Amino acid sequence: MIEGIFVEGLIFSIMVLGILISYRILDLADLTCDGSVATGAAVATMCIVNGLGIPMGLIMSFLVGVLCGLVTATIHNKLHIPGLLASILTMTMLYSINLRILGNKANVSLVRVDTLYRLFPKAFSFASSDVAALLGTLLFVLLVKVLMDVFFRTDIGQAIGALGGNEQVILSQGMNPAILKVIGLGLSNGLIALSGGMLAQYQGFADANLGQGMVVQGLAAIMIGEFLFSSNRISLITLRAILGAIIYKALMFLGRKYGYLIGITPNDFKLLTGILVIISLAVAQTRAMASNKGARKKAIARVLGEAKEEEKDA
Amino acid sequence: MLEISHVTKVFFPGTVNEKVALEDINLTVNDGDVICVIGSNGSGKSTLFNMIAGTFPVTSGTIKLAGKDITHAPEYKRAFNIGRIFQDPTKGTSANMSIQDNMNLASSKGMKGLRFGLTKERKAAFREMLSTIGLEDRMEDNVGLLSGGQRQALTLLMTTLSRPSLMLLDEHTAALDPRNAEIVMNLTKEYIERDHLTAMMVTHNMQFAIDYGNRLIMMDEGHIIMDVSGEEKSKLTVQALVDEFRNIRNKEFDSDEGLLTN
Repeated sequence: MIEGIFVEGLIFSIMVLGILISYRILDLADLTCDGSVATGAAVATMCIVNGLGIPMGLIMSFLVGVLCGLVTATIHNKLHIPGLLASILTMTMLYSINLRILGNKANVSLVRVDTLYRLFPKAFSFASSDVAALLGTLLFVLLVKVLMDVFFRTDIGQAIGALGGNEQVILSQGMNPAILKVIGLGLSNGLIALSGGMLAQYQGFADANLGQGMVVQGLAAIMIGEFLFSSNRISLITLRAILGAIIYKALMFLGRKYGYLIGITPNDFKLLTGILVIISLAVAQTRAMASNKGARKKAIARVLGEAKEEEKDA
Repeated sequence: MLEISHVTKVFFPGTVNEKVALEDINLTVNDGDVICVIGSNGSGKSTLFNMIAGTFPVTSGTIKLAGKDITHAPEYKRAFNIGRIFQDPTKGTSANMSIQDNMNLASSKGMKGLRFGLTKERKAAFREMLSTIGLEDRMEDNVGLLSGGQRQALTLLMTTLSRPSLMLLDEHTAALDPRNAEIVMNLTKEYIERDHLTAMMVTHNMQFAIDYGNRLIMMDEGHIIMDVSGEEKSKLTVQALVDEFRNIRNKEFDSDEGLLTN
């Protein structure tokens, strides 16, 4: 039971890492996610159902996700429209494409074929199937996290990080911001689609409606993570995003299990997630204001202190 | 080195807001020139810099840098040879990255690769460079924690790191307090002298413009109305400049700032 929450949270955390790239590192509101997560699920499912194998399914879902990101980035760069609008276009188009990939069906089952979550119990035969699933997912997520940490420590990763903070710096250093956005959004949606591919295998089917409201859920997870600790180190930023994703899934689990006591049904979760994001934003803002106030007080105290010392000297 | 010929810039052409910001500008900047650019607000100084750096396209005319036509080159490509520092100290550095990462970003122009550029040797080199502006012990601090003066000094260091053939300094000390402005200006002079840089500097301080550099350009309403250098420049006084302006334009110099700051 408890393993299930962790597995769900860990799969979800790959998507959250993807959203982290667009939303926090690139500072670009990207809604492609709602489409690309379902695309990833659809691609992985069709690859596996058609006998291409699990690794191929995951690789393909990542690559197709990258492609989704490229579409958004290209619309954004070439037509000079905001990332938000560009990504809404991609997301909407992807809905039709996802149905095509699934062979014009709303969902395709993976029940009768081997998936990652049938392989994990075989690979970790010393553990129960739930623990094996958790172990396998954990290793996979750690691999993704470490690769992402390493990438954002390289020169080009740092340049992508700098772009989010200040586009002029990138221009001044002779780099084309459009290319960096393509790389960032590609990577972001690749991870999101990869997460979709994992999710389809875990739940045993791919669904064209899988992506609905995913961006907001991802943002909620990022914000929960940011309450845990503050840091500017990429390894800790990705860590807290993963922890945030697990906590979010745990909260949703508690909501499903005990929500009926206060009259909450799963139908209310999207509302609650939205409210959670709003509260997080409000709290973050109050915090920033409080720390500004604190800094001001300190500055005044310092100036007064210096004045007193000068008096003494005199 | 820089040849600007017949450059005109019209904003919002064909609308009621149409504004001619630059009109038929011709200017040749020679290697090693250090040019002070003065002129009242709205005279076209910043637009001229924007045209040279490629922030906006020109309406007509051509710009050549080192013999190469760069009229239609995008800003990021021109940045290989042109280093620009803005009035706003936050524009030149990335606030959410450490000082050493910012230095690393600036150490070579152009698209970066999948390398870890911040090696031990590089860190040591950066430390030595940063010691000239007193930031050698804060290399791992985020740039956002620095004061405006420190950020502008860092920007200056980062911009000169790649030895640009032309520096554009757009009132880069105007947003700083007098003490920091002086520090940054002294650093600017030091780097320009050390690397024999060619520079164009917008300033509102007429006395400074007279004292510094080998050439002085005065702009008004989108025209270059005065271009003096060498002997002629060294004989200038603020009063002479103001009188000259009155003679040429037949009106009063409308920026008090230029008169008050000497």
